[in-house]
Amino acid sequence: MSVYINKDTKVLVQGITGSTALFHTKQMLEYGTKIVAGVTPGKGGTEVEGVPVFNTVQDAVEATGANVSVIYVPAPFAADAILEATEAELDMAICITEHIPVLDMVKVKRYMEGKKTRLVGPNCPGVITPDECKIGIMPGYIHKKGHVGVVSRSGTLTYEATHQLSEEGIGQSTAVGIGGDPVNGTNFIDVLKAFNEDEDTYAVVMIGEIGGTAEEEAAQWVKENMTKPVVGFIGGQTAPEGKRMGHAGAIISGGKGTAADKIKAMNAAGIEVADTPSVIGETLIKVIKEKGLYDACKTH
Amino acid sequence: MNIHEYQGKQVLKQYGVAVPEGHVAFSPEEAVKAAKELGSDVVVVKAQIHAGGRGKAGGVKLAKNLDEVREYAKELLGKVLVTHQTGPEGKEVKRLYIEAGSNIEKEYYLGLVLDRETSRVTLMGSEEGGMDIEEVAANTPDRIFYEEIDPVVGLTGFQARRMAFNMNIPAKLVNKAAKLMLGLYQAYLEKDAAIVEINPLVVTGDGQVVALDAKFNFDANALYRHQDIMEMRDYDEEDAKEIEASKYDLSYISLDGNIGCMVNGAGLAMATMDTINYYGGSPANFLDVGGGATAEKVTEAFKIILSDKNVKGIFVNIFGGIMKCDIIAEGVIQAAKEVSLEVPLVVRLEGTNVEIGKKLLNESGLNIVAAGTMADGAKKIVELVG
Repeated sequence: MSVYINKDTKVLVQGITGSTALFHTKQMLEYGTKIVAGVTPGKGGTEVEGVPVFNTVQDAVEATGANVSVIYVPAPFAADAILEATEAELDMAICITEHIPVLDMVKVKRYMEGKKTRLVGPNCPGVITPDECKIGIMPGYIHKKGHVGVVSRSGTLTYEATHQLSEEGIGQSTAVGIGGDPVNGTNFIDVLKAFNEDEDTYAVVMIGEIGGTAEEEAAQWVKENMTKPVVGFIGGQTAPEGKRMGHAGAIISGGKGTAADKIKAMNAAGIEVADTPSVIGETLIKVIKEKGLYDACKTH
Repeated sequence: MNIHEYQGKQVLKQYGVAVPEGHVAFSPEEAVKAAKELGSDVVVVKAQIHAGGRGKAGGVKLAKNLDEVREYAKELLGKVLVTHQTGPEGKEVKRLYIEAGSNIEKEYYLGLVLDRETSRVTLMGSEEGGMDIEEVAANTPDRIFYEEIDPVVGLTGFQARRMAFNMNIPAKLVNKAAKLMLGLYQAYLEKDAAIVEINPLVVTGDGQVVALDAKFNFDANALYRHQDIMEMRDYDEEDAKEIEASKYDLSYISLDGNIGCMVNGAGLAMATMDTINYYGGSPANFLDVGGGATAEKVTEAFKIILSDKNVKGIFVNIFGGIMKCDIIAEGVIQAAKEVSLEVPLVVRLEGTNVEIGKKLLNESGLNIVAAGTMADGAKKIVELVG
């Protein structure tokens, strides 16, 4: 088992004929992801990398039964692409695109209320269930199949953590990048809930960063509901107030969103937080040994 | 992106928000000319910098005649103002705003900001005008009122009136205040603002509701659709290295330390800064080269890092996913040759094409210290910088 995606997931690529999308479509196909369709308005009826291209998401879904879309559409048009995926009632839309205007996302989020589609991102690396399905831009080879769930606001920092786990023989059930924007779809709590319910996930790594209060809310949820061990890391512990650190969401303003507050809330919820990103793997191993889960998590 | 108060007021005017008459001035002569045109008994000479707290720092002066206008203009232009938002180095005043004085009866606070918890734009208002709203929020949170705005209908009339009543705006002026709030929201929405603050909003002796200050911050991701706002950008207010970096799509932030950092990905870049600090060093910058960097972009990034005279060493930390390690290596080699690198360089490469990247660096003849992990690299650069 895993969360959100698996070997049966039928993927549709929105914006498939763009150069970034093409590159990653190849990578995903090589990994074994079932890409059944692509969408580029005006390119319907053509084919790229053996994948049929359609003019609309609706056409693609009707012809192929795609149930998850991945969006590489440029920022000015990405919000519209999410709306199109939502209207076509896909199970999930994973938006890789960065630099989407935040007020576009405010509208998108409002439109998606009560709708079937789950949004992951935007501005995220995607979702991967190792050996089954890779959707997004993460390097496939650093992931190994196993039982630790990973959820993160940052792309490369997720690679760092996952790589450490794999090197130590600890595989992953699913890794979910929720993205670094202030308004996003799936949040920490959604993913933690899914990992909590997934019988194949035994422990979770949660990687946050400065800005907002999503980590504090997640910590509260963990305290009240989580039955599995969680370890964490917060990026930006030494970032000065008022400077936006690359991600649109990563800014300490008005004394809110500091790493210290987040770490305090996480510790209070029983989440062990790694001092530096280099010891995320070690920290997890220490905790799962204490809980008697190490042998079960050791996959290779 | 921030703009000046006088530019913010130009935007507000377009949306029917009442602001005092005023003119921008770049010299004492222009200031006097502006004051003459206003023809009011009292004019306010206001320093224009991209930071709050100007009043307390002596950047706002009340002039009762043209001689005083000239005197204050001379005093303020070229002066370095240090406020709680500028940092200790302060900001030099290069522009003034000459504004007609207002007969202030009472001051209020009004702001619009994105609430990340609800993913909605929220109107904030308080009777505690003119003060630092963060202090009000910390000390007397019950004196700040909020209206959450549904994007389907926008800020509604009843919400704006409710806010005005909550703020204790005199009953006969509530409709005027509500109209101002609706205009403010429209400006926020149509110009893709991230923050708008009117502090203070004032009620005047002659029964007007006026925005006496205007602080705008715009969503950088939406500037492509607002040419008019782009034209208001004041490069003097920004860090030269940050401007240079933005030309190459590099995300760069200047910091106070002496270890230059080059990293791919914002999260990893922050974590790298944290790790350097953890081992007792101090980063000179945050720099995310992004996912699609070319060798040329990496070279430019290197030059920008080295243009900071405080930099005593560089740490390159790359986890290649999309970003291939050999591209980074090529860029580093090219840059080191072009700028004749004289400070220690520690490189940690991991991920896609890591072996090719390492081989390129080894064979380059450059004096590069290789690191196995992020922690190893951070330790090494901290030691080398001393």
